[in-house]
Amino acid sequence: MDAKLLFEIRHLTKVFSAGSILGRKKILAVDDVSLSMPVKPEILSLVGESGSGKTTIARLILGFLKPTSGEIIYKGKSVTRMNKKERMNYLKEVQAVFQDPYGSFNPLRKVDYVLLTPIKKFKLTTSKEETYELITKSLEAVGLRSEEVLGKYPKELSGGQRQRIMLARAFLMRPQLLIADEPVSMLDASLRAGVLKIIFNLKNNLGVSFIYITHDLSTAHYISDKMAILYQGSIMEEGSAKRIVEEPMHPYTKLLIESIPMPDPKSRWQERLEIEKIELLSKSGISKSCKFSNRCSKKMDICTQKRPPMFDVNGVKVSCWLYQ
Amino acid sequence: MYADLLEVNNLSAYYMVQPPIKAVDGVTLSLGENEILGIAGESGCGKSTFALALLRLLRPPGNINGGDIIFNGVSILKMPENDFRKIRWKHISYIPQSSMNALNPVMRIQEQFTEIINFHEGRKSKKELKIRIEEALAKVNLAPDILNMYPHELSGGMKQRVIIAMAMLLNPEIIIADEPTTALDVVMQRKILQLLLDAKQVYGSSMIIITHDMAVHAQISDKIAVMYAGKVVCIGETGMLFDKPLHPYAQILISAIPSIKKTGELPSIPGLPPDPRNPPSGCRFHPRCPSFIKNKCDVEEPSLIEVKKNMLVACHLYG
Repeated sequence: MDAKLLFEIRHLTKVFSAGSILGRKKILAVDDVSLSMPVKPEILSLVGESGSGKTTIARLILGFLKPTSGEIIYKGKSVTRMNKKERMNYLKEVQAVFQDPYGSFNPLRKVDYVLLTPIKKFKLTTSKEETYELITKSLEAVGLRSEEVLGKYPKELSGGQRQRIMLARAFLMRPQLLIADEPVSMLDASLRAGVLKIIFNLKNNLGVSFIYITHDLSTAHYISDKMAILYQGSIMEEGSAKRIVEEPMHPYTKLLIESIPMPDPKSRWQERLEIEKIELLSKSGISKSCKFSNRCSKKMDICTQKRPPMFDVNGVKVSCWLYQ
Repeated sequence: MYADLLEVNNLSAYYMVQPPIKAVDGVTLSLGENEILGIAGESGCGKSTFALALLRLLRPPGNINGGDIIFNGVSILKMPENDFRKIRWKHISYIPQSSMNALNPVMRIQEQFTEIINFHEGRKSKKELKIRIEEALAKVNLAPDILNMYPHELSGGMKQRVIIAMAMLLNPEIIIADEPTTALDVVMQRKILQLLLDAKQVYGSSMIIITHDMAVHAQISDKIAVMYAGKVVCIGETGMLFDKPLHPYAQILISAIPSIKKTGELPSIPGLPPDPRNPPSGCRFHPRCPSFIKNKCDVEEPSLIEVKKNMLVACHLYG
C-alpha cells in the first residue's frame, strides 16, 4: 500500500435497483471508479452532469451508502475494515459540506447548535472557555466574527454566511479531507467567490484536502489542482485541472468545454449541436460499448465493441480508444 | 431599435407585507418584434417578479401597484382576467423557472398539450390534435413516442424541451423564459439555447429571457436590461453593453463573470445585495458602488436616460 496517499478509492461500484419486483431495473450509478489523493493538501474536482454519479460517490465516501463492490481506503486502511475507534477517527477527519445552505440548518435552533453538536459528540473540548475558543477560531478561519453570527437564527443570516458556518462546523473537527458537494451552486455570484476563497484558504494555509463536487467547470477550474470528468458513473478523463481545461482530450470533455457559454457576444456558438430525438432515463446495466459512444462525433468501430480502459497520455488518464 | 410589440411603462409590483417589499419598482422598457430582450441581475433584484407581473400571474401578497403594460397597442393590465386568459399562452407564453417541475406529474404529455389547444381553440378532432402536437414536438426535436409517457419518464433536458414545445405550441408573439437553463448541464444548456434561438429566427417569436448568467445573455440576447433592487439601471444593445458597460453595476457584473479562459483571482462583486424591505436611499447601488459621489448618489435617485443611441443608463456619472 502506498504510504504517500491520504485517501484512495479502488474500483468503487454502486448498483441501485429500481422499479417493482416484477420489473426490477439495475441502475449502475457508480461504475468502477478509482481515484487517489496525496497526503499533501490538494483540491480534486469531480465534474459531471446531473445523473453522472458524483453525489453517489460523495455519499459512499461519507458512509451514507454501502458500496456494491470496491474499496475506500483512508490513510492506508480500508473503511469497511476499520475498528470502532478508527471509524470514529475517520468520521471526524473526513467532513462534508452540502449544496443547500438553507436546508442544512434547523430553523428553530440558533446557529450555535450546529457548532456545539459536533463538539459534544466527539468531546473535542473539556471546558466552556475551550469550547468558545474553538468556535471563535473556526469561525475566524472562514472569515466570520463570532459576535456577528452566534446567538442568531439561521433565517437572520445570508446564504453565504450559512455556507461559511457549515465550513466552520466541518473545520472544528480538524479534518484532513472535506467533501464539498456543490457548495456554491445555490449562492449568488457575489457570495460564491467568497466561499470559494475560503476553500482555497483552508487548503493552502490550514492543510485541508478537498473533494469538490460540481457540474460547473468554471469554478472547478478556478480552485482545483486535479480534476476528474465523470460520465454515467465512470471517469472519462483525469489529470491536472489546468491541463484538462486547456487541452481536453476526451471527446466528452471537449464537448463540455466548448459548451460553456463564452461571456462575449462576439464569440457566439456557430456550430449546431445534434439534439437527440429520444434519450430515455433507463441506464442499461452492463454494456460493452464506450458509454459516450452514442453521442460521440469521433466514434469508431471498436468503441461499440469494447469498453476503453484508462490510457495514460503524458500524465493525463483518458478513457478513449483515440489514445490507444 | 425595433417596432415595439410590448411596452412596459413605470411598472411597479410589490409584495404587500409589512413593510412592503418593492420587488419591481417603476420599470420602463420595451420589446420589439423578433427581438430577444435579456433581463439580468443578482437573485432578489426582482427579475422573476417582473416576469410574473407581465403575465398577471402574481399571487397575493404580490400585487401590481402601478404602471401599465401595453401589448400590441392594448393595455393588458386593465382588461378583465377572462379576456387576458385568451392572451396568456396564445400571445404571451411562459417558460417558468424550474420548469422541469411545471409539468403535471399524473397526466400523460399528450393530455397536457391537448388541454392547451382545447382551451384556446375549442375542441379539435383527434387526428388534428395529433398533427398539431407532433409538429410542436418536432420543433424541439422530440420524437412523438414521448406523447404517451408521464413526465417522470423523461430526462431533465427532455422535460425542458416539452415545456418549450408547449410555450411555442400556439405560435405566440412573445415567449417569457425565466432561467430556462439554470438547472441543466452545459451541453443541454447549449441545446436549449439553440432551440430558443430557433423560436426567434425560424418562427419569428420575440422573447424575454431572464437569467443571472451573463454568458447566456452574451450568447442569445439582442439587448439587455440590467436590474438592481427592483429598478432597471441600464438597457443597451448586447454588443455595446459588453464592450462598454457604462453603469458601474453593469461593469462589475460583466467583469465578475467566471470564465474558463481567465485564471488567477476569482472575480467577485463586493458587498451584499440590498435588503429589499429597506433599500438604500438615492441610487440603490450606492453602498456598493466604486464611483460613489457623496451627497449626490445617496440622496438623489438617478433616472434612466439615453446617454447614446441604444444605451440607456440610470447613473449620476452620466447625468
